[in-house]
Amino acid sequence: MLATLNEPPLTVSEAVHYLKKLLEQDELLRSLWVQGEISDYKVHLASGHCYFTLKDETAQLLCVFFKHARQRAGLPELRNGMAVLAAGYVSFYEQHGRLQLYVEYVEPLGEGALYRRFEQLKERLAAEGLFAEARKRPLPSAPAVIGVVTSLQAAALRDMLRVLRTRYPLAEVLIAPALVQGEEAPASIAAALDLLNEHGEAEVIIVARGGGSREELWAFNDELVARAIARSRIPVISGVGHETDVTIADLVADYRASTPTAAATIAVPDVARWRQDLLEWQRRLQECILSYLAEQRERLLRAERDLRRASPRGQLDQQRQQLDDLSERLLVSMQTLLTLQRERLRGIARHLETLSPLETLARGYAIVRRAEDQALVTTVEQVHPGDRLLLQLANGSVTVQVLP
Amino acid sequence: MVRTMEELSFEEAFQQLEETVLTLQNGQLPLEKAIEHFERGMRLVHYCNDLLQRAELRVRQLTVDGQGMPVAQPLEPSQLTDEIE
Repeated sequence: MLATLNEPPLTVSEAVHYLKKLLEQDELLRSLWVQGEISDYKVHLASGHCYFTLKDETAQLLCVFFKHARQRAGLPELRNGMAVLAAGYVSFYEQHGRLQLYVEYVEPLGEGALYRRFEQLKERLAAEGLFAEARKRPLPSAPAVIGVVTSLQAAALRDMLRVLRTRYPLAEVLIAPALVQGEEAPASIAAALDLLNEHGEAEVIIVARGGGSREELWAFNDELVARAIARSRIPVISGVGHETDVTIADLVADYRASTPTAAATIAVPDVARWRQDLLEWQRRLQECILSYLAEQRERLLRAERDLRRASPRGQLDQQRQQLDDLSERLLVSMQTLLTLQRERLRGIARHLETLSPLETLARGYAIVRRAEDQALVTTVEQVHPGDRLLLQLANGSVTVQVLP
Repeated sequence: MVRTMEELSFEEAFQQLEETVLTLQNGQLPLEKAIEHFERGMRLVHYCNDLLQRAELRVRQLTVDGQGMPVAQPLEPSQLTDEIE
């Protein structure tokens, strides 16, 4: 092997120059048509030159479209994703050591094949109902664990962690690393989604990738990714690329955030608000206990008043008064009774006086008794001559003898 | 089963705080109970504040073990500082 080495060695410039000359000798490469899809389209503003990559499903070719060539070609309007037919020559750009197509003419071919595939998949999945509003699940308001599917090296991951740390440091982030660009990316993203579901702790999943060219975001237009999002039991937030990029992953996701940062923001509440809420509830709590205590104090006062009114001392006063009343009434009625009795007594006495024999005697009558046995003499037959009789008069008695 | 306050998440503690205030507001509680609720409420406020004060985002990485089962391992912040882009 060593024997075939050139001697002396070439410098880099010599080697590259050789390569360039070789390319320029080739008939086909001196003037060829290339069909492909434009990506990484950039116009250098100062020079007016424009740069892009032509690609198909398996390869890509760097292209330069100089200002003067663009003007000759009528300044065609190019953009990423456009399928074109480009004419020009292939050569080696020595300073950067790269091979490129020097474009002299471009003709649009309508939308590119990748775009058509995207549209077809979108239609198919839409027909299956994968994008239906009814499938969208609500996001948890304060997830304790947040699953993140992205590349560990992505700037997007650090942006998201910064947002989560500021807004909601109570959470835990569970990163399921995935390749986010290249041929293996779709399977890798799908596997990471499945792994998070299998693990089961995450309450929401963010699938994210920072901005890039259409091709760099292409994994998120893959059916594998779309299916993995659709079968995830955990709600999925997509945050892919920039505001304007809408991928199929965005359409299947439960929530589409425009960027990774926006995805992290929507995924969690902001503890700054909670701090305010906490203050508010603390104020309410204190107000509550104060008004409760005021109410109890009021109740106590009322009870004290009621108690005073119902106290034995009050009852005693009342009873004392009743007693006074009663004794007065008793006195009055006693006197009435006495007077009455006195009157009655006087009447009886008068009546008695009229019935007394003394009264009769005073009018000149006498009571006659036999002296020997004091028997009352009321008939003539009781008296015999010679009997001694006792005459009872009003003021005394005399003994007399019946004449023979 | 009653859990101690330290076992509560912020949301749980916050919810208990709300409930405590509402009970205190609506309930015809005996004084002793009312004071008890108030004190618990204040402890919840302090606990929540404390949680917010101390909270630090935890980051773990999910990988697969030998049996193909998912395992979560702590991820050092230094593992995230390298940037390719």
